[in-house]
Amino acid sequence: MMRWLRLALSLCSCLWGVALALPGDEGMSSRVLACTACHGKEGRATADGYFPRIAGKPAGYLYHQLLNFRDGRRSYPQMSYLLEHLTDDYLREIANHFAALDLPYAPQPAAPLSRALLERGQQLVRHGDAGRKIPACAQCHGDAMTGVAPFVPGLLGLSRDYVASQLGAWQTGQRRAQVPDCMARVARQMTVDDVSAISAWLAAQAVPGRGRPAAAFKALLPMPCGGVDAPAVAGGAQ
Amino acid sequence: MRAGRAWLACGAGLGLLVLVAAGALLALNRLDEAPLQAQELATPATPALIARGEYLARVGNCLSCHTTQGGPAFAGGRAIDTPFGAIHAPNLTPDNATGIGRWSAREFWRAMHNGRSRDGRLLYPAFPYLSYTHVTRADSDAIYAYLHSLPPVEQKGRPHQLRFPFNTQLALAVWRAMYFRPGPWVDQPGQSPQWNRGAYLVQGLGHCAACHTPRNALGALRADAPFGGGRLAVQNWYAPALNSVREAGVADWPVSDVVALLKAGVSQQAGVSGPMAEVVFRSLQHLNDDDLQAMAEYLRSLPLREKPEPPVIEPTAAVMAQGREIYRQQCAQCHGDHGQGRAGALPALAGNRAVLLADSTNLVRVVLQGGYLPATAGNPRPHGMPPFMQSLTDAQIAAVLSYIRNAWGNGASRVDTIDVYRARERRGS
Repeated sequence: MMRWLRLALSLCSCLWGVALALPGDEGMSSRVLACTACHGKEGRATADGYFPRIAGKPAGYLYHQLLNFRDGRRSYPQMSYLLEHLTDDYLREIANHFAALDLPYAPQPAAPLSRALLERGQQLVRHGDAGRKIPACAQCHGDAMTGVAPFVPGLLGLSRDYVASQLGAWQTGQRRAQVPDCMARVARQMTVDDVSAISAWLAAQAVPGRGRPAAAFKALLPMPCGGVDAPAVAGGAQ
Repeated sequence: MRAGRAWLACGAGLGLLVLVAAGALLALNRLDEAPLQAQELATPATPALIARGEYLARVGNCLSCHTTQGGPAFAGGRAIDTPFGAIHAPNLTPDNATGIGRWSAREFWRAMHNGRSRDGRLLYPAFPYLSYTHVTRADSDAIYAYLHSLPPVEQKGRPHQLRFPFNTQLALAVWRAMYFRPGPWVDQPGQSPQWNRGAYLVQGLGHCAACHTPRNALGALRADAPFGGGRLAVQNWYAPALNSVREAGVADWPVSDVVALLKAGVSQQAGVSGPMAEVVFRSLQHLNDDDLQAMAEYLRSLPLREKPEPPVIEPTAAVMAQGREIYRQQCAQCHGDHGQGRAGALPALAGNRAVLLADSTNLVRVVLQGGYLPATAGNPRPHGMPPFMQSLTDAQIAAVLSYIRNAWGNGASRVDTIDVYRARERRGS
C-alpha cells in the first residue's frame, strides 16, 4: 500500500511536468494532488476500494459532490476540511478536470457470490420493484450503468463495500443531495437484503469500454431530482 | 449571651461583606452602560448605511461563527467549542421570535460594547466583545442596519453546553469583573490617522487578539502578552505571535507583502492555513485597500517582544536519515530537493517560519490533513497540499518533519511520534 502510494505520487509528479505543457490544463494535475493522495493516481481509485474513483465521472455529478461536501450535505470531515475555503468556480474547474480524464478501468476483482444473490441484484438493478416503489437503477443511471452526463454517476467500477455504504448513508440521511432528494427516497425503500444484492451485482460487473457516461436520458426520470436538469414523470412515483 | 452577640456581629460583618462584594460585582458588570430607557431617534437605514454595515460585518467576520456549514447566512447555530464547553452562536437575522428582530440599535450596541443581551443577561466572551467593545457606536449602528436589512430566518437558537459552574451567570459576572472593562475607542495622539485606523480595525472588529493573544487558565486574554501567540485549545492550532520576527511578526516585511497576505492569503514570505485561511476567505479579502494598508501599518509597528526560545532538541542521525528518505519520496517533487519550493506556487520549506515554530502543532496538522490556501480573488486557483494521514505513520511523519526542521540550514527541535499522535487524535475537534 505504502509503496503503491509512493509510486502513485511520483508518477503524478512526472505527469505534472507533462500537464504543465498541455494547453487548457494550466497545471491542474499539480493543483489536485490533494485529491489524488486518497483517490489514487489521476483519480482512478486504489485497490482497497474505500475511496471511489473520480476520473471520468460526469462533471456535474463531481461538482455537486464537491459542493455537498463543502456545504455539509455529505459527511466526511477530511473532504469538508479540504474544500472549506474554495469557491464554486474553482470546484467546478476541479470537477471538470477529473471528468475530462478518459482512462481505462482495472478489471473488477472476482468475488465468490451466490447465484441467487446475483440474480436478485440483477433483477433490482434492471427492473426495480414497482410494488415497493423502487425504480430500476438503469432508469436513471443509464442502460450501461455508466451514468448519464452531466449529473448522474455510473454505478460500475466501484467496490461492493462502497456501493453498500453509500446506500446505507442515503438511508440514514448521512449522505444527501439537493432537494428533492430522489436518491434518498429510493434508498429508503430498500431493505438490507436489497442493498446487499444490488451492491454485489454492481461490483461484479466489468466496466464497458472506458465507462463514459451516456449523453442523455432515454426516458423521463421516475421522480424529480434536485440538481438534475431533466424532466420527470408527472408527480413522481408517489 | 456574650457568645451570641459575637456570632451576631460576625454574621452582620459577613453579610456586609457579601453585600459589598455583590455591589462591586454589579457595578463592575455595569461599567460604561447607559440606561436603555433614554429615548433616541433611530438612525435611518439608508442604502449607504446598510452597505457600510455589510462591509463592517465582513471586517468583524460575523458570518463565520453565526452560520452553520451550508446553513442560512447569519441564522446562527454553529457550535464554538471552548475548554469550558460548547457555545452556540445565536441567530442574527431580524426574525422577531428567534433572531434580533425586536432589538433596538441601542440594545445591539449594548451587546457589542458591554456584552449584555437584550434581556439583560451577560453574554459569553466567545462573542468577542472584549474586542468589539472598542467598536464605535456609529459602526455598531451600521452593522445593526445591515443585519436588519437581511431576510428574517426562523431558526431557534441551541442552548449552550457548558459545564458547571461556567454555565451560571454568577460565574460569568465574576469573570467579567476580573477581566472585562468596556473601552470606547480613543485614537492615540502622535500616531498618524492611518496607524490609528489600523489599530482600531485590529483591536476592534478584526478581533485578532481572540486568537493571537495567549489566554490564562480561565480563558482570559493575558494583558501582559498582547499578540504574543495563542493556542486555540480545542481547535488545536497555534496562532503565532504577531510581535515576533521568528513567528508571524511583519515588522521587517514590505507593506505590500503584508497586504498581499491579508488580501490574497499568500505573499512572497508566507501563506495562511487553518483558522487564518477562514479569516482571509470570509473576511480580510473583502476589505478595501485603504483599510488593509492601515492594518499593515499598525501590525508592522507592533513593538517586538521575542520570547526566550526553548532549547533545541536535535533529532538523531538515524531519524535524519529516515526523514531524508521519506522527504525524497514524498515531498521533494513539489517542495524541491533543497526545500526551495517553487516561487508563486509551492512554499519553500528552507527558512520557512511556519516550519520552524517551536510549537509544531500546525506543521503536523498540515502534513496529516493537507489543505488548500483559501481561493481568493488574488489567488483563485490555489495548490493543495495532499493529506498524508492515510499513507504515512506517526513515526514516519515525525521523522520527515524532524528532517525538514533540520535540513538546508534550518534548525528547530525534532518532532516526536507522540506529537503527531496527539495532533492526529484531536483532528476535526
